[in-house]
Amino acid sequence: MAQHVAQPTTDAPALPATLPIRAIVPWAVFFGILMLVLLYFVGAEQGATSLVSGENVHEWVHDARHLLGFPCH
Amino acid sequence: MNSATVRNLLVRGMLAGLAAGLLALLVAYVLGEPSVDDAIGFEQSHAPAHTHEVEAVSRSLQSTAGLATGVLVYGVAFGGIAALAFCFALGRVGRFAPRATALLLSGTALLAVYVVPFLKYPANPPSVGDADTIDRRTTLYFLMMLLSVLLAVAAVIVGRRLAGRLGHWYATVTGVAFFVLVIGVAFAFLPAVNEVPKDFPATLLWRFRMSALAIQVTLWAGFGLVFGELAQRLLSPRPATAPAARATPVPH
Repeated sequence: MAQHVAQPTTDAPALPATLPIRAIVPWAVFFGILMLVLLYFVGAEQGATSLVSGENVHEWVHDARHLLGFPCH
Repeated sequence: MNSATVRNLLVRGMLAGLAAGLLALLVAYVLGEPSVDDAIGFEQSHAPAHTHEVEAVSRSLQSTAGLATGVLVYGVAFGGIAALAFCFALGRVGRFAPRATALLLSGTALLAVYVVPFLKYPANPPSVGDADTIDRRTTLYFLMMLLSVLLAVAAVIVGRRLAGRLGHWYATVTGVAFFVLVIGVAFAFLPAVNEVPKDFPATLLWRFRMSALAIQVTLWAGFGLVFGELAQRLLSPRPATAPAARATPVPH
């Protein structure tokens, strides 16, 4: 990261170099999907679709689902 | 080293999302829960007797631990996604320092992920919404969210493409105009949802929706500021505040 260090003599913020797309994509794909799965469980599980049987997931996050704007029941 | 930077930003994004989630949780509990309780009171006083079910999770758990689970997981998940988006945006959307890029991205995410879908399909308290239409409402809401996010990304790309020809100001105006125009068309053509019970108090609905909006504003503002600070420190450490660290690279 040494190339990002601002010159000590200037006060202007150093503009960061761009991160290569190739370095981002593996993280974006894997963690992007993981995060979307988390959002699915907060926002939609046991509503329109259901992977886990019962009502417990829905009931547990009930208030959050309403207040975060997801359609609930 | 670049992959390590992405990983470090992702971890910081999720932590910032957790911190912002805690702030949002406070707002949700203080501002949101009273309206949820009032709406449940309305539901119980209007529901036919046979719809009373056995509570799987008690109200006191729903409004505390349940609410916390939902809001914090939401914060961490969007924190991670926003951090990954930040990795793409950094240095590509204009001459902005990491801190400014983070706040711009956060503001854009608030609009694209929440405010735009909210304008068409606003958040509803308990007792608003017919259980039989949950499939349709869920599909429409996620469709609106997806459309809004994809269009925001498209608008940024259009703006960037035009920047060379039109200059930054007009390229940005054109990008935003493109977004507003297409979203306007989508608003006009997507079906409306109106399932508010006839005698549901309008002030309660307004209060609920304002608190839902306040939660999101808190979440994204908190995320933008916290993540921006963390990203700034990671990517461009200030030599003035850490003279000893000047010679040594940031450890990964």
